[in-house]
This record gives sequence, C-alpha cells and structure tokens, in this order.
Amino acid sequence: MIRSLFHKIFLSIALFLSTFAVVTAQHDEHGHAEGEAKKEFNVGEMIMHHIKDDHGWEFAHGLTLPLPVILYTQDRGLEVFSSSRFAHESTYNGYVKEHNHIYRAGAGGEPDKSVKVYDFSITKNVASLLLSAVILLLVFFSVRNGYEKNKGKAPKGLQSFLEPIILFVRDEVAKPNIGPKYERYLPFLLTLFFFILVNNLLGLLPGGANLTGNIAVTMTLAVITFLIVNLSGNKHYWAHLFKPTGVPVALLPIMIPVEIVGVFMKPFSLMVRLFANITAGHIIILSLLGLIFIANNLGGEGMGWGVSWLVVIFSLFMNLIELLVAFLQAFIFTLLSSMYIGSAIEDHHEPDHGVGYEGPAAH
Amino acid sequence: MDLLIPDIGLLFWMVVVFGLLFFILTKFAWKPITQSLKEREADIQSALDMAERTRAEMAKLQSDNQKLLAEARAERDAIIRSANETRDRIVGEAQVKAGEEAKRIMEQTREALQSERTAMIAQVKREVVGLSLEIAEKVLRKELSDKKSQEELVKNMVAEARLN
Repeated sequence: MIRSLFHKIFLSIALFLSTFAVVTAQHDEHGHAEGEAKKEFNVGEMIMHHIKDDHGWEFAHGLTLPLPVILYTQDRGLEVFSSSRFAHESTYNGYVKEHNHIYRAGAGGEPDKSVKVYDFSITKNVASLLLSAVILLLVFFSVRNGYEKNKGKAPKGLQSFLEPIILFVRDEVAKPNIGPKYERYLPFLLTLFFFILVNNLLGLLPGGANLTGNIAVTMTLAVITFLIVNLSGNKHYWAHLFKPTGVPVALLPIMIPVEIVGVFMKPFSLMVRLFANITAGHIIILSLLGLIFIANNLGGEGMGWGVSWLVVIFSLFMNLIELLVAFLQAFIFTLLSSMYIGSAIEDHHEPDHGVGYEGPAAH
Repeated sequence: MDLLIPDIGLLFWMVVVFGLLFFILTKFAWKPITQSLKEREADIQSALDMAERTRAEMAKLQSDNQKLLAEARAERDAIIRSANETRDRIVGEAQVKAGEEAKRIMEQTREALQSERTAMIAQVKREVVGLSLEIAEKVLRKELSDKKSQEELVKNMVAEARLN
C-alpha cells in the first residue's frame, strides 16, 4: 500500500512539474518574442539554433566540429562530404543549405525544392546519439564484467553505483506494473530508461545536443513502445478495446472510438511529454542566459553585468531542476511504458480507463 | 513548427542505433546482469533459509538434549526408587522370614524341651516307683520280720479297708 502511495505522489509531482516547466517555457518564449523584434541580438533565434539539429557540432562560437553530411538523391545517388563545406558559403557541390535544410541548388544558387534530397547526415543529434550509445555500451559492459569478476562477492565501483538503479527499474517499475511476465520486457525497459537518462544528462552539458528534446527521437521510442504493447496484447486487451464488458450497447459507438484513440494517445503522450519537457528545460535555461544579452543591449554593459549574477543563480536553480527532470522523465517514460505493457498482457483485465494499473495490492 | 516535424535522417539513425543498442545490451549486458542478480538473490535467500533451518535444528537439538537429560534423570530416579523398594522389600521379607524361623526354632525347642521333660518326669516317676517299692519292700521286710507287727499291719489294713 505505501509503495503504491509513494508511486502516486511521485507521479503526480512529476506530472505537475512537467506541466509547470512547459507553461513557464511558453511564458518565457512569449516574453522574449516581444523584445526580440527591436534588438539586434535575437534571443529566439539563438534558442532555436541551440535546440534544433545542426550539420556541425558547435561547442562555442567559432569552435565547430565538422560532421559528415550524407545525402541521397535519386539522380545522383549517395554523396558524402564534410559539413565544414557549408561553413563559409551556403552552396557546395550543387547543394544549398538554408535554415539547416539541404536542398539541391537551382540555376541561380537558389534552393530547388522540387528535387527530393534525403538527408542521412551525421548531424549534431546523430553524433550525440552515437556518443550516448558508446557510453551506454562501455558503461554496461563494464558493469557486466563487474558481475563476472565479483561473482559471489559484493558489487564494486560502477557496478555498485548502477545496481540500485537497475534494481529500481526491475523491482519498482517492471515487476509491479507488468506482473509475473516482467522478465520478457525488462531488457527493453532498462535500455529505454538508461538511453533516455544518458541522453537527458548529455543534453544538459554545455554544448550538448538536445537529443531527447527532438521529436524524431521521442517518436521512435514511443512507436517502439506502441509496437511492443500492441504486439503483446492478449485477448483481454483486445476484448476491452472492441467489446468492453459492462458498457451499454448504446454507448459502444462512442466507447470503441474513444478506446481506439486511447491506444494511439498513449504513445503520443509519451512522445510529447519527453520532447516538451526536455525542450522546455533547454529553452528556459537558454532564455535565462539570453537575459544577460538583452539587458546588455537595453542598458549597456553595466546592466548586463548586473543582471548576470541573478541569471547565474536562476540558471543554476534551473539546471538542478533539469537534473531532476532528466531522471524523472526517464523514470516516467519507463514507468508508463511498463504500465501500458502491463495493461496489455494482464490476465484478468479490469477496465481502468486511463487511471492506470496499480497492481493487485492497491485494490 | 519546424521543431515538431521529425527529420528523416535522425529518425533513420535513431531506429538503427537504438535497435542495435537494444539487441547488444540485451544480449551482452542485461541478460548476464539480471541473471547474476537473480543468482545472487537466490544465493542470499538460500543462505538465509539455511541459517533459519540451522537455527531451528539447533533449537530442536537443544530441546532433544533437554528431553534426553530429563528422561535420563527420570530413569535414574526410577531406578533408585525401585532399588530402594527392592531393598526395603527384601529386608522386610528377610525380617519376616527370620522372625518366622526364630519362632519355628523356639517352637521346636519348646516341643523338644517339653518331650524331654515329660520323658524325664516319666523316668523320675518310674525310678521313684521302683525306689519306693524297694523302700517299701525293705520297710516291709523289716516290719514283717516279727509276727506281731505282721498282725498289726493286717489289722490296720483291714481297718482301713473297712473305712473305705
């Protein structure tokens, strides 16, 4: 009982915080949108530049790591060149880069949008994704080796640091929400949790990419969860969708579409939650930092310095919250995924209608 | 709005990298890690069970010992008691027997004495009779040596006889 109560509180705090974060982000965005029109320094542009993907990895102004651009067009096939080719002029090799998109260059150097260019470049986000994959592999291979080396002994080092987290995912997320068949889904949940966590944390580093705040990434994760949920759904799950018990026949034309929408809403909410939370966090921190430059533009250098110490305090605070959110969002994504899986493979299905499955102890 | 449109390139790399990561981590990290965790938990559980079992066994052993001790004590007491009883009984029986024997011997002695005495009395009687007869004979012989005394005697005797 206490455990499930703790879960409820934890979850509600998390959901509350996430809405708060989004709302604040929107306020900030609007607040700056008014000011930016008059200024030379465009905060919105700066923020969007940091949040969005890029073909090179810019750590600081002028310090850019060039990354390979990989393009596929039907007429010219696969082409690979360095992103530094676009550093000085926007056209190279018949391609033109405009607003981070690469198009076929037209006759006058204008982007020719009629030619479809498939951009498989190793962008900043892809590079960060590969980096996180390498980190995850190194870390968990070392943990695995720890288990082999310290067999029958107490865990040591990295192994003992990560073991509680692995056990947390297993005992607090997978076991109570999925039930006795949790072991089948545990590898996916662990990968999901640590992937989101590592990328959230990497995104918080200065110069880090906003990978988990990218809709393509969260969409992939949500679609994988969607596939797992629906491919492992048992007959109770489908019966609940299409033949709900205890529902008057007259309501079925309403209930069935609602249930079907619910099936798609679940992964959609997963996708948007993670994307919005992480992006919002980045936007807040960047807006706070942008305040310094706005103040500088408004009231001269003194004003900029005066505001900066306040900004440091606020952004420190925001960074700490983001650190919490990094763990929280990894936890929530994994928890909700395991709840959806649990409700799909549950044997005695009780209609929960979005309340969520709390495990037999809660009933 | 640009932020909400997924990039085909990133989508592709994400599917590839996450998929590979999932399979590699599952095969080489999660499976061995969860397996070792499970093994360790089973080890700990079995060790705890073993300790519990040993404790129960110890307690049982101790109570068994106690029981054995109590039994031995009770047996010892019973043996001593029965020995005491046997001793008392034997002593009692012996006393009774001795008493009876003594009584029997006394009786025999008494009987022997009695018969001896009667025999002696008879003997004495016989001898007294013989002696008296001899004395009487001698007295008679002396008395009847003269005529007068003979007649006197007869007279006396007749007188006596008449009186009778």
